[in-house]
Amino acid sequence: MLNPDLVGRTFPGTKSTTITQESIAAFALALGEPNTDIAPPTFAITISLEQSQSVLVDSGLDWSRVVHGDQRFLINKPLQAGAEITCNSTIESARSMGGNEIITVRSDLIESGEVAVSSWSTLVFRA
Amino acid sequence: MSILVTGSEIPAKTFLINRAALVQYANASGDQNPIHQNEEFAKSVGLENVIAHGMYTMGLVGQYVAEIAGGSSKVQDFSARFTKPVVVPAGVDVELVVSAVVGEVTDATAKLEITATCNEVKVLGMTKAVILL
Repeated sequence: MLNPDLVGRTFPGTKSTTITQESIAAFALALGEPNTDIAPPTFAITISLEQSQSVLVDSGLDWSRVVHGDQRFLINKPLQAGAEITCNSTIESARSMGGNEIITVRSDLIESGEVAVSSWSTLVFRA
Repeated sequence: MSILVTGSEIPAKTFLINRAALVQYANASGDQNPIHQNEEFAKSVGLENVIAHGMYTMGLVGQYVAEIAGGSSKVQDFSARFTKPVVVPAGVDVELVVSAVVGEVTDATAKLEITATCNEVKVLGMTKAVILL
């Protein structure tokens, strides 16, 4: 179970990711979208989910039990090829329901000091 | 882009989901969870069969939204709840049918209320987008 003291804590990303045209192209192709230098609206998940996973696994949760419950993206500035992104994740809430643990993580993708995209993932860790 | 009026229905679009597409999405997204690729593994954890990544389904809906908006750069807010797994048996193209109704429209934005179904069962809930006009 997640230590309740971690709710509200922000975990700054330790590395920056440069978004490549190749990564956008592969993602767009997988979704059958035209390849442009603007990433598809859900592309942020390729950065945010890895960060959420590392934060929650380091906090003792079993990633093999996870199911994605909800997802939201708030896009202030669309991600583009060449953007250098750091990702800070905040555990916004954690609750138990029927033995499952339901955790919402907000990941802020930061470009040049501004939040380009906020990604909220609600993850259900099955009992 | 056509003019969006509150209450108007956007024509539905059908996407085909199959095993090859899930492998391609896994490689592009980095989500290599075997429940999305390996039937034996999926069944061993109590699933009916391989299921699509929720984010793959949402990504396809994102494509639909971006097309309505006139490009990915015009999608401002996009959310969904993963209510039912999209089960993808081997050798089958599963049809995902996506449609939308226009909600509140302002000078700058339009809200879309989106429905996504497979075999007439809703697979996403609370699916909404705000697009820039």
